[in-house]
Amino acid sequence: METVFTPWASLGGGILIGLAATLLMLTLGRVMGATGVLSGVIAPTSRQDFAWRAAVLAGMVSGPLAIFAVSGAMPTVDVPVSLPMLLIGGVVVGLGVTYGSGCTSGHGVCGMARLSLRSVVATVTFMIFTFATVYVVRHVLGM
Amino acid sequence: MRLFVTYLIGLVFGVGISISGMVNPAKVLNFFDIAGSWDPSLIFVMGGALVTTFIGYRLVFGRAGPVMAPRFEVPTNRALDMRLIGGAAVFGIGWGIAGFCPGGALPALGTGRMEVVYFVAAVIVGILIAKLTLGIKPVRTV
Repeated sequence: METVFTPWASLGGGILIGLAATLLMLTLGRVMGATGVLSGVIAPTSRQDFAWRAAVLAGMVSGPLAIFAVSGAMPTVDVPVSLPMLLIGGVVVGLGVTYGSGCTSGHGVCGMARLSLRSVVATVTFMIFTFATVYVVRHVLGM
Repeated sequence: MRLFVTYLIGLVFGVGISISGMVNPAKVLNFFDIAGSWDPSLIFVMGGALVTTFIGYRLVFGRAGPVMAPRFEVPTNRALDMRLIGGAAVFGIGWGIAGFCPGGALPALGTGRMEVVYFVAAVIVGILIAKLTLGIKPVRTV
């Protein structure tokens, strides 16, 4: 499935992601990691810990609704994979981000911006494995 | 007040993810498909987010502490161990299979698409299994 190259929208969206990460550090002194947010909501360690993460999650989910309110259209979500792949991929992602202590937002954006060596190593590792997996799925298995 | 501000920050993140195209697995997978229908948009997402956060953190860390909390809570673990590298590799495999990462999928829940709900439910299962195995580990060594 072809998708349109959107450098300006993607750059603008990226800047907003960075702005949100900066603001969360400025206000709560916390890293903006989607893994930590989800993990802290489903298995909270304390009441306060749950509260701020639930607030971030509610804000995140409101994002597409805000886009809809302004433009009259939801952001495009095209899922080019089958339901079993979505479910298997989801479980594998959940295992990986918990063992690896983060994902694209926590390691790839916040950790890299702090020049954390752990985050640089994690980001390079998952990027290589994602490239390799997509190559195998699409060009070796032909799915 | 504190939670409302936090909600608004999540909203900025969710709008950013939506505009950037990270909510769209077709776009994300095409970024990783250089040999096929390559779409380099995600370089701009990553670049924009990283440069903004890098500059923003420099400014924020110039302060004695955050505005609404006692101190900055940044990870202090520095170990480059197999748990980190293995976990990151496994995450990469899952991302390549499904096309969603947590940062893209959580805002995407707002579109109301069932595929996103299924994916996030599966991620939760994975997180709980991992937490369970990680929690059991110390008991095994006794």
